[in-house]
Amino acid sequence: MLEPWIFIGLLLGAGMLLPGVAIVANWLLSPKKPNAIKQSTYECGIETVGETNVQLKGAYYIYALIFVVFDIEAVFLFPWAVAYKNMQLYMVLEGVLFILILAAGLIYAWRKGVLEWV
Amino acid sequence: MIDILKDPINWIGDLLSTWLVGLGLLPAFVTFLLQLLSAVILATTLLLLTFILIWAERKIVARIQDRLGPNRVGPFGVFQTVADLLKLVTKELITPEGVDRLPYNIAPLLTVAAVVGLWGVMPLAPTLLGADINVGVLYIISIGAIGTLGILLAGMSSNNKYALLGAFRTVAVMISYAVPMVLALLIPVLLSGSMGMQAIVVGQRGAPYFLLAPVAGIIFFVSSLAEVGRAPFDLLEADSEIVAGYNIEYSGLKFGMFFVAEFLHAFTISALTATLFLGGWSGPWVDLYPILGTLYFLIKTSIVYFVVIWIRGSFPRIRIDQMNALNWKFITPVALAGLIFTAVAEKVAVELELQRVIVHLGSSVLLIVLIIVVLGIYARITRRQAKAPAIAG
Repeated sequence: MLEPWIFIGLLLGAGMLLPGVAIVANWLLSPKKPNAIKQSTYECGIETVGETNVQLKGAYYIYALIFVVFDIEAVFLFPWAVAYKNMQLYMVLEGVLFILILAAGLIYAWRKGVLEWV
Repeated sequence: MIDILKDPINWIGDLLSTWLVGLGLLPAFVTFLLQLLSAVILATTLLLLTFILIWAERKIVARIQDRLGPNRVGPFGVFQTVADLLKLVTKELITPEGVDRLPYNIAPLLTVAAVVGLWGVMPLAPTLLGADINVGVLYIISIGAIGTLGILLAGMSSNNKYALLGAFRTVAVMISYAVPMVLALLIPVLLSGSMGMQAIVVGQRGAPYFLLAPVAGIIFFVSSLAEVGRAPFDLLEADSEIVAGYNIEYSGLKFGMFFVAEFLHAFTISALTATLFLGGWSGPWVDLYPILGTLYFLIKTSIVYFVVIWIRGSFPRIRIDQMNALNWKFITPVALAGLIFTAVAEKVAVELELQRVIVHLGSSVLLIVLIIVVLGIYARITRRQAKAPAIAG
């Protein structure tokens, strides 16, 4: 049971290690001559003004909210899909009803104008 | 001798494990060693594959745009990528002022690891699969999110406004397109009754799921293109607006790793599309010679990858408002409708004992007609609304 997960852990480890080795090789081979101009923040040749952490658009937050709703829905739908083969037709239709309720939520958000990028 | 032709990789694995057990090592330790060996071989192969992928992409895009592409270094320019890499290796690693060092350095590793990790559950042949976990599909979704995390870390730790904007866009796009991708992924799960990748491929021995649910297949392909940030969805690194987006402050191989991850990710989504919707390794004589499965898998993946490059060479980049509108107002409702259609069609076919391929094809045609009609009505309403002020004023 645990065996496949060991392989995945090892693969992820190898996926981190190999780029790490390459970057270390790069660090060993490369010249190291830092200066103030080279290390300044790059902004097309103009000096950067003010704070870097600018305020982000509110629309991003609203999209994130809709995403959370749909992602939680997916968590409920995956067990439904796995058990699909042993279901009667009315059970499938209940799942369809669940999807339609979510679709109603999407239509509500759409009518409220949340999906417009302003 | 016949065994080695049929399935060379497992043959070598068995040979190695017999030899190591014969040396007096614990069987559990031998299994671990072999897993370690295969993990390292798989990761190395994937990273080396990127050389060919980058070359193929540059060559094909050049042909689409009526250019020659790389043709100086080696025959047909195949060693161009190697030359580029050698140049990157000797470049200075500039760490700009004010960066958050730990996330800044860990981001490229995380991005590559997320892509390589996806191949852990990819069935390459009937007998060749890294890990047959029973939650393969969920694993793919979650590991894909780690790639997003890497990009977000890179953008936020770079202390650069362009990088930050790129990171915002990345997150907005990726979380938006994860929704239709998850909905499309439900369909192979539903039709095969399992979340394991191998079971999904076995379920497609009769008819590939692309034939049963073409709309879901296309939605999965398009939304994973967006998830990877490939053209035409590459606004997270739009070089004409935000220079390079999240990787702007990276140099040398740290940048190179983002580059590798991007190309490998494009190939990986091709492989996922081939596995989940085009039947993966299934094909004629695959039971007799499992190694043929790898060949079929690679052919299908290459075809999908060619389409990815073709799309890159043909479409202009879309704006972020268009991108979100496309997702929430078109792809997500269609994915919801497609899920309902497939779920009902499969059950109806089973209950009434009809030919399931015909029922599914019928429902797909119905769905496509429905989409076209709704789009027509929507276009008419929009046109009327656009005209209205002109009449009034």
